[in-house]
Amino acid sequence: MSLPKDYLSYPNRKRGQDIDRYAMRYAPDRKPVSLPGGAALGVAIIVPLEFFMLNPSGKPFKHPGAMATPYPDLRHYTTRDYGNRVGAFRLLRAFRSTGVRATFAVNAALLDRVRPLIDAILEDGHEIAAHGRDTDSIHWGGVDDETETRYVDETRAVFEKADLAPRAWMSPARQQSRQTLDLITAAGFDICLDWETDTVPVSMQTKSGAVAGFPVLNELDDRFLLTTKNHTEADWRDQILEAADMTASEAPRYGAQVFGFTMTPYIAGQPFRMWAVRDILEKLSQREGVMLGAVSELTDAAS
Amino acid sequence: MQADPNLYDYWPYQDRPKIEWPGGKKLAFWIAPNIEYYEFDPPVNPSRPGWPKPTPDIVGYSQRDWGNRIGHWRLMELLDRYDMRGSISLNVAMCDHCPEIIEACNERNWEFFSHGIYNTRYSYGMTEEQERAVLEDSIRTVEAATGKRIRGYLAPALTHTERTFDLIAEFDFWYTCDLFQDDQPQPIKTKSGKLISMPYSLEVNDVITYGAQAMSPWRYADILKRHFDELLQEGEQSGTVMCIPLHAYLVSQPHRIRPFEDALKHIASHKDHVWITTGAEIAEHYRERYWDQTLGDIERRGLVRPGTGFNGRGAAS
Repeated sequence: MSLPKDYLSYPNRKRGQDIDRYAMRYAPDRKPVSLPGGAALGVAIIVPLEFFMLNPSGKPFKHPGAMATPYPDLRHYTTRDYGNRVGAFRLLRAFRSTGVRATFAVNAALLDRVRPLIDAILEDGHEIAAHGRDTDSIHWGGVDDETETRYVDETRAVFEKADLAPRAWMSPARQQSRQTLDLITAAGFDICLDWETDTVPVSMQTKSGAVAGFPVLNELDDRFLLTTKNHTEADWRDQILEAADMTASEAPRYGAQVFGFTMTPYIAGQPFRMWAVRDILEKLSQREGVMLGAVSELTDAAS
Repeated sequence: MQADPNLYDYWPYQDRPKIEWPGGKKLAFWIAPNIEYYEFDPPVNPSRPGWPKPTPDIVGYSQRDWGNRIGHWRLMELLDRYDMRGSISLNVAMCDHCPEIIEACNERNWEFFSHGIYNTRYSYGMTEEQERAVLEDSIRTVEAATGKRIRGYLAPALTHTERTFDLIAEFDFWYTCDLFQDDQPQPIKTKSGKLISMPYSLEVNDVITYGAQAMSPWRYADILKRHFDELLQEGEQSGTVMCIPLHAYLVSQPHRIRPFEDALKHIASHKDHVWITTGAEIAEHYRERYWDQTLGDIERRGLVRPGTGFNGRGAAS
């Protein structure tokens, strides 16, 4: 098979990225951000609450953590469900005892299923973000507009029905189509947790106005580090604390910066990992110059 | 195929009514050695091969043979030293292949529960009649070998059908180890019987920790201690359950058994607060005292969903 003639033509070969959502801007070129109290670093903890159904299509790819053995894969269904029944409550307790305000990114399909957990999250004053419909409704390059619009609109409607008006959106598996930003902004979301891009929130242009990309560090994803890569809990903790120290140390040059990282209830909320969760929360909340907060709070402060 | 198995209702791990184990103990601790038989030439199940490699898989097969010939005895003697009884997850054909092991465990008053006939015979695609035959065979075979009626079930290689739980409940099993949603037991929604989910574990199961999680022997001992400490502390609010599922072909390896002993030593040193027991004893205590309490709490919170397992949300069977 031969390649098309224009394979070596480069229509978007110019300064900056080959997309028009935002302009290129390096750290020294941006207007320095200030956070309340002169904090050098804003950290957001993202807790994904995911519904892993027993019968996923697995299309266009299997969401990380989805069913793995033939139906009915009760083994994976129930180990994931553990997070929403047990692990999330352990995380809530740890947040409470360290005074940390986190952001829970929730699949719409869970709102009705785990309402007592949603109520406990709200009672403790945490933020709720939308995490799409469920783990089998993937936004991706090959999804048709009608289907994706339905995914977004249904998600908004289900949250509304539950009396929730989330500002922040995280896509299932943090996967997007070319239109996802336009659709979520049209549906009233003004913060997106899928784009890492910078160390401050980045204003991205859409057909319906601007949406802020709040950076969540892919490389610190707990599911990836602890279960795919088998890092120890001590190494997981140390990497998070090192990221915080290093980023904070740049404040004199670049102003305040922010990042988010995940704590997934069925993983971080295991009994044998809770010592590390508590250690991370205690150390971060005691670090001079570190502000732990929800994504909307940090985005507003840093935009 | 259903999205949600509806085998149990959502029951948040917060403000649950208190469970107290006998003697006011906070944590019920049990050890489940899997005593398994993998056939040299198993028949083919279209859903999954008997061995991950082409049959015969000499390395895999002989390591499991070693597990019964050498490994089991090492592990049993270790548990003897800490005065702990095992609850055996048994491929019941072991009663025919290695009766000496069954006899030694029975003498120690260990518990036996069914882990199917062979670990190379999966439930996928079984008719109801075949599933019933497996349960009848399990009950009959263990009773003939030990004089005891089995009360627990862990599906062979964790393979199920939609009717598995209704069937084991009908056969008067008390507990299933197949569901991993909690650190406390909970009634299972079956058409008949009185079946509970028993906290077993994949997270601290030696197959997962040494295998998929690639833990060193010392790291495994460390996470066992931490897991135990956390659940013991939570048990002050309401009694928790911790199980260590084991496989002698893994844990009894010469580089692993002594580091593993450290974890047992740690657990045994807390025995004033820990009920060191068996699966059936936990199930019996729970079914007598906490079955109604749990269901009442779920109802009080408005969390009851109609129907039973795999009968959908509210669909009549």
